[in-house]
Amino acid sequence: MSLTPDAPDHARRMILKGAVAGGLAGLGLAGSGSLIPAFAAADAKDWPENAFKQKSESDALKALYGKNVEASDQVSLDAPEIAENGAVVPVSVTTKLPKVTGIAVLVLENPFTLAAAYKIPEGTEASVAARLKMAKTSKVVAVVESNGKLYSATKEVKVTVGGCGG
Amino acid sequence: MASTIRVRAVAGGDTTQVQSLIQHPMDSGFVKDSKGQIIPPHYIEVVQFEHDGKTVFTAFWGPAVSKDPYLKFSFKGAKKGDDLKVSWADNKGASDSLVAKIQ
Repeated sequence: MSLTPDAPDHARRMILKGAVAGGLAGLGLAGSGSLIPAFAAADAKDWPENAFKQKSESDALKALYGKNVEASDQVSLDAPEIAENGAVVPVSVTTKLPKVTGIAVLVLENPFTLAAAYKIPEGTEASVAARLKMAKTSKVVAVVESNGKLYSATKEVKVTVGGCGG
Repeated sequence: MASTIRVRAVAGGDTTQVQSLIQHPMDSGFVKDSKGQIIPPHYIEVVQFEHDGKTVFTAFWGPAVSKDPYLKFSFKGAKKGDDLKVSWADNKGASDSLVAKIQ
């Protein structure tokens, strides 16, 4: 389990806010260091289920990282101005921020706002590209966890044909 | 026995760039089929990449990731000829893995 010095602070904040997400913070999903044992294959137990069920940006980020985020121009979010097909929207996130341990992408107008989250161990570049579904025109938020703090960049992507089949 | 995973990992200097394409429906659980019934959610939850016994990248995906998900990232410390292991697990308990050689 994670032994980050921040953990007690998170727990205190969680308890004070009375959020259910406190349990997840205890699991060390703050993303510092490699939690997953090296020999293991992908394990669905590690999946942050609670974070993926949230509908708002702040709830998803609290469930995932236990912190709030500040906007930063050091996070580069690359996504099309207009997505012709909401089922496949290419989104990439890069940053020059140091000690990046995690990157997350949220689509604010989607039924569940968290689209994807990545754990970046030391030695891996803070850069990821993927393709996401967007239900409709929405702001896309890229969040980077650097040095224990969260930074974000936002971009609005217009969607002409929705990604949820309708 | 074909794998669902296609990976290309290319080492350039100290950095290896990885691109992967995984065959998977990634059903969000919001789409209805031709009979009007919801197609139940069926999507990959975790994807893990390992090199030399160490996890170099982990992706946590939700239903908003597109069908046949593509992923690109880069990491340091590997060289041509090394093994890169890719594995995924989905919400129905299925999984697959593949070991690819870094080019």
